[in-house]
Amino acid sequence: MMTRNLRTALLFVGIPLVMLGLSFASKPLYDTFCRVTGFGGTTRIAEAAPSDVLDRAVTIRFDANVNGAPLRFRPLERSHEIRLGEHGLAFYEATNTSDHPISVIASYNVTPHRAGPYFNKLECFCFEERVIGPGETKTLPVVFFVDPYMDEKPLMDDVRTITLSYTFFEAADWPGASNGASLD
Amino acid sequence: MPMDEIALDGADHGHDGKPGFFVRWFYSTNHKDIGVLYLVFALLAGIVGYGLSGLIRWELAEPGIGVLTSFVGGDIEAAKHFYNVVITYHGLIMIFFMVMPALIGGFGNYFVPLMIGAPDMAFPRMNNISLWLTGVAFVLLLLSMFVPGYGAFNGFGGGWVLYPPLSGSTGHDGPAMDLLILSLHTAGIASILGAINYIVTILNMRAPGMTLHKMPLFAWSVLITAVLLLLALPVLAGALTMLLTDRNFGSQFFVPDGGGDPLMFQHLFWFFGHPEVYIMILPAFGIISHIVSTFSKKPIFGYLGMAYAMVSIGVIGFIVWAHHMYTVGMSLDLKAYFVAATMIIAVPTGIKIFSWIATMWGGSIDFKVPMLWAIGFIFLFTVGGVTGVYLANAGIDHQVHDTYFVVAHFHYVLSLGAVFGLFAGWYYWYEKMFGVKYNKALAQVHFWLMFIGSNVIFFPQHFLGLNGMPRRYIDYAEAFTQWHYVSSIGYAITLVGTTVFFILLIESAIRRRKAESNPWGEGATTLEWTLSSPPPFHQYSTLPVVKGEGGH
Repeated sequence: MMTRNLRTALLFVGIPLVMLGLSFASKPLYDTFCRVTGFGGTTRIAEAAPSDVLDRAVTIRFDANVNGAPLRFRPLERSHEIRLGEHGLAFYEATNTSDHPISVIASYNVTPHRAGPYFNKLECFCFEERVIGPGETKTLPVVFFVDPYMDEKPLMDDVRTITLSYTFFEAADWPGASNGASLD
Repeated sequence: MPMDEIALDGADHGHDGKPGFFVRWFYSTNHKDIGVLYLVFALLAGIVGYGLSGLIRWELAEPGIGVLTSFVGGDIEAAKHFYNVVITYHGLIMIFFMVMPALIGGFGNYFVPLMIGAPDMAFPRMNNISLWLTGVAFVLLLLSMFVPGYGAFNGFGGGWVLYPPLSGSTGHDGPAMDLLILSLHTAGIASILGAINYIVTILNMRAPGMTLHKMPLFAWSVLITAVLLLLALPVLAGALTMLLTDRNFGSQFFVPDGGGDPLMFQHLFWFFGHPEVYIMILPAFGIISHIVSTFSKKPIFGYLGMAYAMVSIGVIGFIVWAHHMYTVGMSLDLKAYFVAATMIIAVPTGIKIFSWIATMWGGSIDFKVPMLWAIGFIFLFTVGGVTGVYLANAGIDHQVHDTYFVVAHFHYVLSLGAVFGLFAGWYYWYEKMFGVKYNKALAQVHFWLMFIGSNVIFFPQHFLGLNGMPRRYIDYAEAFTQWHYVSSIGYAITLVGTTVFFILLIESAIRRRKAESNPWGEGATTLEWTLSSPPPFHQYSTLPVVKGEGGH
């Protein structure tokens, strides 16, 4: 009897252990899920541009934020209009306002969040860390397009404007920062 | 079969010999003693939680901040923080240290073995550990109220949902939140151990002839609750651990600067939090089924439907969590899914409500005290259920999210639902557990005061919420004064009711009228009524055998 009870108990100890494991696994799963599905306005990274360009156009607005870094950061143009499938090119400008070099990296998303899966970047300054010297100003390009496939989605019919937003952090705060700290 | 359990448990003393006071109550491995200890514990924690809600209603009786200031030396900022602390600990204490220990630990421990014909729980020693860990957790929680939480202010004031960044080191830099995390971890471990104990007991130790489909509904409800606990609590533990390492060891699970996402905490929390509300209500469902059947003198209508309605409530309860988070900016498709899934829960819940009514239909109903509480439960739970369906709609929820409408809704299902279920069980089994009768007139007065009082507290809160009164505010615009005042009068009524309840307890303890083994007559068919009141220290030295259709 005791062994039978113990056996059943051990079986059921497994459930909380699995659930505990899953709750921690949810962290990488959550990240992967957002990247794969474009959930929560996570944008896509594309290798090649689409071949067809549609007549429908959307306005892309550019937003710039800084969190805690001694940086002046702004888009060179506030917005421009592109057709679906067309290449867009935009520039941001970042100035280091401190007297020492800083290493910065940007996080980004788009709103409305549901536009995330259709907003593709071919090239972006946000893909890697940037080192900016004291007082230096850098012009940062981003090349992107909006997937023409968006036009086939009824849910996206009312999307006329997509806001692309960046926030710069000092890379020393970033997990996995390799050399950010030593630059200070 | 389970006979050797008795020999293991009663090694030093004979089968009916009880150990001395200290050994009996402090080293207890007897399921009935542990059940009683859980109930006493829940009663004490309930007094604290109820006292905290009294502070809330006192402060909110009139606009302006005038009551809580006197508890914190007159400083208005400290009073604001203290108010947040009060609502936070009211919620946590009522959920983790009142409803759960009473319904699951108390009635579960006492009556599950009796109802399934088992001599004790499968692991009596582990049962003891669960009890005392719950006590330790409560002490940790109370401690955390009195250590710095935010700046120089004591206690954690971020609400029972513990969302970061308010619960992170940004919002509460002091040790109060760390103690709180430790407390909930401890309570969680206690509940998980308890849950395993129930599952093993119910699966392995039923009397011969009692198949799962003949098992009493209360045992069913505890079995399902235990499985929900095993699935849900580890997720809370995981989220709290991440929060703890974020706060103390520099991890960045919920810190956006570091690539984390505070929203993930909400997902994890509600993946636990939604099943948690069923964990609190399912045992009450089980109790109500027995009472309605007993006092209608009919077997419960649709027994199997009732059991599997609880199973499906449990299953669906795990896939609706984000209906607590409609306003976080999720996509339309996702909202549509969570709306639909949430509404589906109304189906098994409806099965339960209608089956209770169908059980009463054509029955010879006896309006004894437990039946009053049971019918009160059905009525109040239905009111809360209806506003629940209403709130399930994302469009409406955007309007009333975090208002008193939501407060009214969950107090109807929990404060009135679960607590009425708890009192129903208390009055149903009081004679059985303590071997003395209670004064029926006092018990009826208690019921009516609580029924009227709690409705007067919470019904006006629907109006407040629809008019835009946000929850968790210490102060409000004067336009809200009237209904807040009425709500506070309701609290005063329940205060009288609670006083009557304690008078009833003292009266029955002094008069000690000898209880009958079955005071409810032919309607009470479950196994615990075949034993004396109180049952012998060790029961079922001859195992009961369940034959034919009886048993539930």
